Amino acid sequence: MSFDIPADRRYLESHEWTHALESTGDGVVRIGITDFAQDELGDVVFVELPEEGETITAGEQFGVIESIKAVSDLYAPVDGEVVAVNETLFDSPELVNDDPFGEGWMLEVETDTDLESDDLELLSAEEYEEQIA
Amino acid sequence: MPLQTPPLRGLHDERGAKFTEFGGWDMPVEFDSIREEHAAVRDDVGIFDVSHMGEIHVTGPDATRLMDRLTSNDVAALEVGDSQYATITDEEGIIIDDTVVYRLPDEDDEPTYLFVPNAGNDEAMHQRWVDHRNEWDLEATIDNQTDEYAMFALQGPEAADLAGDVVDDPIGDLGRFEARYVTIEGIECWAARTGYTGEDGFEFLVPWMDAETVWSAFDCQPCGLGARDTLRLEAGYVLAGEDFDHESDPRTPYEAGIGFTVKLDTEFVGRDALERVKEEGVEEKLVGFRLIDRGVPRHGYDITNTEGRVVGTVTSGTMSPTLGAPIGLGYVPLEYAEPGTTLRVIVRGQPKKARVETIPFIETV
Repeated sequence: MSFDIPADRRYLESHEWTHALESTGDGVVRIGITDFAQDELGDVVFVELPEEGETITAGEQFGVIESIKAVSDLYAPVDGEVVAVNETLFDSPELVNDDPFGEGWMLEVETDTDLESDDLELLSAEEYEEQIA
Repeated sequence: MPLQTPPLRGLHDERGAKFTEFGGWDMPVEFDSIREEHAAVRDDVGIFDVSHMGEIHVTGPDATRLMDRLTSNDVAALEVGDSQYATITDEEGIIIDDTVVYRLPDEDDEPTYLFVPNAGNDEAMHQRWVDHRNEWDLEATIDNQTDEYAMFALQGPEAADLAGDVVDDPIGDLGRFEARYVTIEGIECWAARTGYTGEDGFEFLVPWMDAETVWSAFDCQPCGLGARDTLRLEAGYVLAGEDFDHESDPRTPYEAGIGFTVKLDTEFVGRDALERVKEEGVEEKLVGFRLIDRGVPRHGYDITNTEGRVVGTVTSGTMSPTLGAPIGLGYVPLEYAEPGTTLRVIVRGQPKKARVETIPFIETV
């Protein structure tokens, strides 16, 4: 089985992705979970996310995702303030399964972190692919 | 201890199944998606590999007495080709396991039974039967045949049509809980009109070596234990080890809502204790509930009343694929057991509003 791992993002070992949003200007990133993660979880039925204005901290838990068979914590790839929450997921959590890198996104966060930097704990697409191989 | 593997472990793996440990067995939990598999069984037909279930064979002049004295239902009422759901209780009337007892055709002119304990309980139940046979000086042969049979469950509104096409003998005329030997692709199988999904369907006991031939004869959605759990929960069927447990959550059949398996006019281990429970009434009982707030109830979560006092525990919970709502089972004191009662389920420290509902949650056969 092969999984989508878009090259334009950075990854956490705990299977979250993040990438910079050009459309919203500098400093805003999107966060979600990977194709591999949604496949491992199976049918997603519930997500618990922070609200707009709350801050998240890199490496710390920011939410919870539940499938029919499992409960899993969500970890923040960056520090920052939540500026948008994908509230569509509250009624249609299956979007995380259907389109994990697109419509299944979870948060938009304003951050000082430069995702291009090599000093981050974040994995490249290649490194993440090795991890899940 | 290494996991036991069902005969078709390799075939399921090739089909892309994910596996989970259940009762000491490495079983397929999901073939495609729990939601798809669940829907196939509710709307059409699906097949489950439940070869982790035990099979204990009992025959001999005293087989009926032995079965009757170790299970709570009325075994003497079973004619050949009948089956019944029953509990196996201890002296205090606490459930050790639940089971289905089949009366097979007589062997050597002696009454013969096969009962199906839950996964991982077969050795203990075999020992229990042997010990009591010896203690009571009864004449019966007890054989643990768990490794001799695969077990498949064909379930769904279209199960009878598909079985009619695939099985070499008539099968659609079997009534609920009736069973007989049939041949499938030339293989003799024990077929019963039973199941654990709330839908019509059959369960087949298949010789271990012929498992692949029989499994492959049914062209329909393969389903894993994940969908089996969501289906049985919607149907309000209890699961051993989750909704009762001899050690960690000891319950009588009356508390667990399966008092119909207890026939007090028969003699069995636990009967006298259960008669007292029935006279005095239970203090707690298993109820169904639905979460009104967002969240998913899970085994072990606290149930509180509206003042926040813990009054019970969730034993099973899921997001119901059929209802699109979070549902669960749990034990609460009788004063909170009426349908419509408002309670709270504590999800990660947050109280979520819940309402007691009648079970089953859906219409069942």
